[in-house]
Amino acid sequence: MNRPALIVENVGKAYVQYGSELRRVARWFGASTRPISEHWVIRNISFRVNKGESLGIIGQNGAGKSTLLKMITGTTRATEGQIAVDGRVSALLELGLGFNPELTGRENAIYSAGLMGLPRDKIEKLIPWIEEFAEIGDYFDQPMRTYSSGMQMRVAFSVATVVRPEILIVDEALSVGDAYFVHKCFKRIREFREAGTTLLIVSHDASAIQTLCDRAILIDGGRLMLDGDPQQVLDYYNALIAEKENSTVRTTRTQQGAVATESGTGEAQFDALQLIDSDGEPVEYVTVGQAISLRAKVRITAPVQQLVFGYMIRDRLGQPVFGTNTHHTGQVCLDLEPGDSVEVLAHFPANFGPGSYSISVALTDADTHLVKNYQWRDLALVFTVSNVAQAKFVGTAWVPPRIEVSRSVGRGDAFAPSP
Amino acid sequence: MSQLMSAAWRYRGFIASSVANEFKARLKRSRLGTAWVVLQPLAQVFIYATVLSNVLAAKLQGVNNKYAYAAYLVAGSACWSLFVEIVQRCLTVFIDFSSLLKKIQFPRITLPMIVIGSASVNNVALILAALGILPILGFYPNWNLLWLPVLMFLTVALATGFGLFLGTLNVFMRDIGQVIPIVLQFWFWFTPIVYPVTIIPEAMRKFLVFNPVIPLVVGYQNVLVYGTAPPHGLLWVGVVAVVLLSVSMLLFRRASAEMVDVL
Repeated sequence: MNRPALIVENVGKAYVQYGSELRRVARWFGASTRPISEHWVIRNISFRVNKGESLGIIGQNGAGKSTLLKMITGTTRATEGQIAVDGRVSALLELGLGFNPELTGRENAIYSAGLMGLPRDKIEKLIPWIEEFAEIGDYFDQPMRTYSSGMQMRVAFSVATVVRPEILIVDEALSVGDAYFVHKCFKRIREFREAGTTLLIVSHDASAIQTLCDRAILIDGGRLMLDGDPQQVLDYYNALIAEKENSTVRTTRTQQGAVATESGTGEAQFDALQLIDSDGEPVEYVTVGQAISLRAKVRITAPVQQLVFGYMIRDRLGQPVFGTNTHHTGQVCLDLEPGDSVEVLAHFPANFGPGSYSISVALTDADTHLVKNYQWRDLALVFTVSNVAQAKFVGTAWVPPRIEVSRSVGRGDAFAPSP
Repeated sequence: MSQLMSAAWRYRGFIASSVANEFKARLKRSRLGTAWVVLQPLAQVFIYATVLSNVLAAKLQGVNNKYAYAAYLVAGSACWSLFVEIVQRCLTVFIDFSSLLKKIQFPRITLPMIVIGSASVNNVALILAALGILPILGFYPNWNLLWLPVLMFLTVALATGFGLFLGTLNVFMRDIGQVIPIVLQFWFWFTPIVYPVTIIPEAMRKFLVFNPVIPLVVGYQNVLVYGTAPPHGLLWVGVVAVVLLSVSMLLFRRASAEMVDVL
């Protein structure tokens, strides 16, 4: 299992421009013309992926991910360096590429399979499998223009994965389609992986990277920044993004020109707000059930009679998931003077379903913020939960059950009480 | 070169199904479907026949038949439409399929081959229609008809040589795609398709040798209308076709690596 399926060695890609296109043509036939400009999209990229390993490729838009993938699939050639691929590469890049809307799903499936290089007789044998996996019923023999985008995706995915490739490239493409089919796709991808297919996954979806990948690489500005554990790479990636947005973060913190989601009179202010793990390290990606803490440092700038700290966790649609405050927990701070500071630590297990959540925080003087609102911040923190260790479940809450299943042998009497 | 060909051979099923798909798609879009493949060139013939027959029909020598001019037009157009369809579609084929070329790895040579396939099928359909119509007009086929596959093959080879050469360059220099349709218009009128070669002034005839399509067009006319063998010069057309094909294949292979970068 430890033979590399993909070796990328010192690869670089430059897009070159010539004084005129005629010079480019002349160069193919041996003339020595120098390009007037060279634009290196990526350079000095080296990594190898073993058989059956799955690698996440992370990077911002324009970082060079697609160029790298194009070179691995072989549609474009590397300007320098070498790419060695052992076996067939299949890419779920843009599903449904090349489909003719006038033709039926079946005809398009045959066409696409042909494009993948499968011989005709093999395609004939595989078509029933494709039809079965796509599960679109009679639509399979209807023109594709009558399909919804989800149905098109079903056919496209079914064709692209009908033969197990040695390397499967999964792009954002999977985000289309209904949950049922997406689940089915992931199941097939997992099966491939168990059978030894190498996965290359490009996604902005942190939980997909975390659940599917053994390793991740981070590409930024055309360079390989980091190669390692997915969690580590994701954290680094987020730090990288945060660094780019640094200036805005600071103005928010120093209260110069409050942003729309912030309000309050300012007698008490948040100095720092963090989500930390049990080691006290800041986290943004947490796993289901992980013990985490919300830490708030509050600075007092004017006398405050009572101080209540509250927080609310919302799901990605903004629906409240959980919220409480120190009034309800009976931990109100009384008679604070300017210069004082308060630190609040709210420890809780991340019993949430996979997805993205935000935390809003508030400093008030009573139960509600309507009486006196010192500071209120919406979307103060964002974190992502992914399910790596628990049995699969859906929903925003993790309510671990203990399920008992008892079985009795039927004796023809359907309503016989079980022993 | 052999690499290119073996790749194309591996994808033969794909090429065949793509050609078939083109017809299926056309059939679904319009009621007469595939019939348009034949009806369109015949309509062209009808237009030329109506407009030009009084001017040019009398110039046709050696045939005493009032439909001679129409038959002459059918034969010439059959050759020209094959030539022009391949050249024009090869010209833009890589650009038309740019999204596919950028995302999916497959032998690019299959694209012009699909063009050749569907143009040839179109042409065979047209020839079959012509062979149905010509006897009604009083032109019966004879053994010289066996030349037709040879003529078609040479036409395809010549057109592919031109088309692949220009189509490859067109990816990098898009002006070519604009200029060539105009050039083809000129070329059409500089080829004896709607007029007999005899009306060209004697002084100009020596330049005709530079137009490699002429022996083919005249060949089609000879075989289909006059029932005679094609003119001399087919060998020369063959040489031109082979040279063009080799040059364009070489160009295509060199350009292949950079093609996706500029699409």
